[in-house]
Amino acid sequence: MRREIPLAITFLIGIFMLVDFFVPHHAVSTSAEEMKQWGTIVIAASILLGVGNLIRVHFHKIRRRREGWGYSIVTLAIMAVMFAFGGPWGTVEEGSAFNWMFLNMQVPLQSTMFSLLAFFIASAAYRAFRLRSAEASLLLIAAIIVMLGRVPLGQYLTRSWPQAIQLPTLTEAIMAYPNMAAFRGILMGAALGVMAMGLRIILGIERSYLGGEK
Amino acid sequence: MAKKRFDIRSVDRRIIFTLIFVAVAWPLIQPMRLPIDVSPPVQTLYDAIEEIPPGSIVMLGGDYSPDTMPELQPMVETFIRHAFENDLRVVVACLWPASPPLVERALTPLAEEYGKEYGTDFVNLGYMAGGIVTLLGMGASIPNTFPTDYGFGAADIPSRPVGEIPLMQEVENFDDIAFVMEVSAGTPGTREWIQQIQGRYRVNIGSGTTAVGAPNFYPYVSSGQLTGLLGGLKGAAEYETLVGFPGDATKGMDAQSIVHALVVVFILLGNVVYLISLRRNRGAEE
Amino acid sequence: MNWLHQLFNGPPGTDPSVVWGYWVAAVLTICIYSFLYKDNPLYKFAEALFVGIGAAYWMCLLYHETLVPKLIQPLFFPAEGDSVMWIRIFPGILAIFMLLRFYPKLSWLSRWSLGFIVGMYSAVNITGFGQGDFVTQIHATMTTALRGVGTGEIILNLIAIVGVFSVLIYFFFSKEHKGALGGVAKLGIWFLMVAFGASFGYTVMGRVSLLIGRMTFLLRDWLHLID
Repeated sequence: MRREIPLAITFLIGIFMLVDFFVPHHAVSTSAEEMKQWGTIVIAASILLGVGNLIRVHFHKIRRRREGWGYSIVTLAIMAVMFAFGGPWGTVEEGSAFNWMFLNMQVPLQSTMFSLLAFFIASAAYRAFRLRSAEASLLLIAAIIVMLGRVPLGQYLTRSWPQAIQLPTLTEAIMAYPNMAAFRGILMGAALGVMAMGLRIILGIERSYLGGEK
Repeated sequence: MAKKRFDIRSVDRRIIFTLIFVAVAWPLIQPMRLPIDVSPPVQTLYDAIEEIPPGSIVMLGGDYSPDTMPELQPMVETFIRHAFENDLRVVVACLWPASPPLVERALTPLAEEYGKEYGTDFVNLGYMAGGIVTLLGMGASIPNTFPTDYGFGAADIPSRPVGEIPLMQEVENFDDIAFVMEVSAGTPGTREWIQQIQGRYRVNIGSGTTAVGAPNFYPYVSSGQLTGLLGGLKGAAEYETLVGFPGDATKGMDAQSIVHALVVVFILLGNVVYLISLRRNRGAEE
Repeated sequence: MNWLHQLFNGPPGTDPSVVWGYWVAAVLTICIYSFLYKDNPLYKFAEALFVGIGAAYWMCLLYHETLVPKLIQPLFFPAEGDSVMWIRIFPGILAIFMLLRFYPKLSWLSRWSLGFIVGMYSAVNITGFGQGDFVTQIHATMTTALRGVGTGEIILNLIAIVGVFSVLIYFFFSKEHKGALGGVAKLGIWFLMVAFGASFGYTVMGRVSLLIGRMTFLLRDWLHLID
């Protein structure tokens, strides 16, 4: 029964949501609306689960003195400070200490972490981007046209050329036609895959989300 | 001992990093002010918002995080400015937890500049967990999906039930929304808005996305599911140009130009070196 | 001197907490950028802060923005004039079941909550992808050729239709790509290469934009070297 009841829940909820899409009757839509609110509550709990797991992992790391356990203390300590300011007794609003920490610590940390990629992509472009085949040449040519066409420099360099072959025009043509066509094909293929997988899950054919244990 | 020859194939990557650093910093200190051309998807978005009657309610979907702020924050600021310029009322709803304070950062100076009042001219509904389930809930009832708002710190207005907010008396679902501007950095974002809301409720959706995601959305622009697309910092700069208030995106385009040119040089140089060494190796084998 | 004063006190009228904030942000930015030289304890410290603050931020926001207005208030503190929403007990129970995943003896109950979410998401994705990414895109493809303004645009639209079909053929792996099928699949690869090249160009643009954003902060907001 430990697997049958969840499979039944999946089936019933899945069918009900499909019915809601096709049947505009008031009774169906009212119930579905309430069901969607339930969904947000359960998803919130699943995110809390993830945060709780993070705490557990770092706790174990400290207890077993694994490599880098000192940094785990930093992680848990700052979590405790944030939670002290923004927990059930606190506030998350603008002007609060919680908000100050988010804007002046999380924002710069996250922004800077991802901005490192600019350096690595430039380094990778020099070291790894090679003309090894005809297809790679096509990729390279498209990349160079788009990189120069999407910045004002491209417009400036080709400003005296005929409009049809100026870099920004070529870039837009690449984006609106071959790029659009390729991504449309990918979208349609992926949509088929998602629909098939969704049906398999609702019908109980695909059960991997339940885990391996009985 | 023979002197080690400089091998361009194995340049220390820290030299490349330094060149990139200089290529970004220098144009910010000494701007070139290159003119910015406007692409059709941005023009389409701008024109669509211009056609909305004054007094209408528009929605801003803030679905981004601090790491994408440089690209998306200018879009949010420019959209809010555009809306306030045209006397449109703005409802903000976020599916990403980091978005509410970032959108508030954009709202605060613009509300003061245009004399707009929180609760009457604009409202920030804050964040709600759930992704596409939240979107579907909004399709049925926005007040039920966002029972309280985020508040507005600049005016010391705390979070309260949406039933107490004058603007929200006029908003039940997407029938009351003239246009949705979805600013998105990933999932849930533009794709989910199109899949769950645009087709079902026939509301016009325009999108601002990161440059990484923009190529994926051209099929939606072509099919008409998206009414306009701002792609990356350039898209934001084009939108600023159309609205007439150059901001951070416009200022960043010079640096963008120089770095792109530098990366193209790196790619070409790397391939020239590669082709020369291929030829040498073939010669050595023969 | 004026610049030094501005560096430590901000422009006239600036709140001290704002100046403190800029300095904290700048120091953390430099800690992260130190990784470009090599991995070091400063970077690891900043990384640990990043993980901790992000997790705690999300946890607190979920509590205040989702659980309080949707579960705790309707059940325990309904607004004046409203009755208790007893029906919210059910999602409350499912939420508790989800958190029971931490206890091995009771973790099987979390499958009920997982089943609920997975069922819901599967269904909405079937309809969402079906309508948004499949039917509408097929419609757009088949009507594309009719939408040209001039000869050039009509030709480009036809090329796009050929592109969509050839990419779909490429992804059809049930038959070996030989002969005519192989030729069309090869054309599909060419369209994909152009699309991936364009994506690479946009990706470079996206990553560089993030760096421009940080540089703008360091040079303008912190060091006051630019406007």
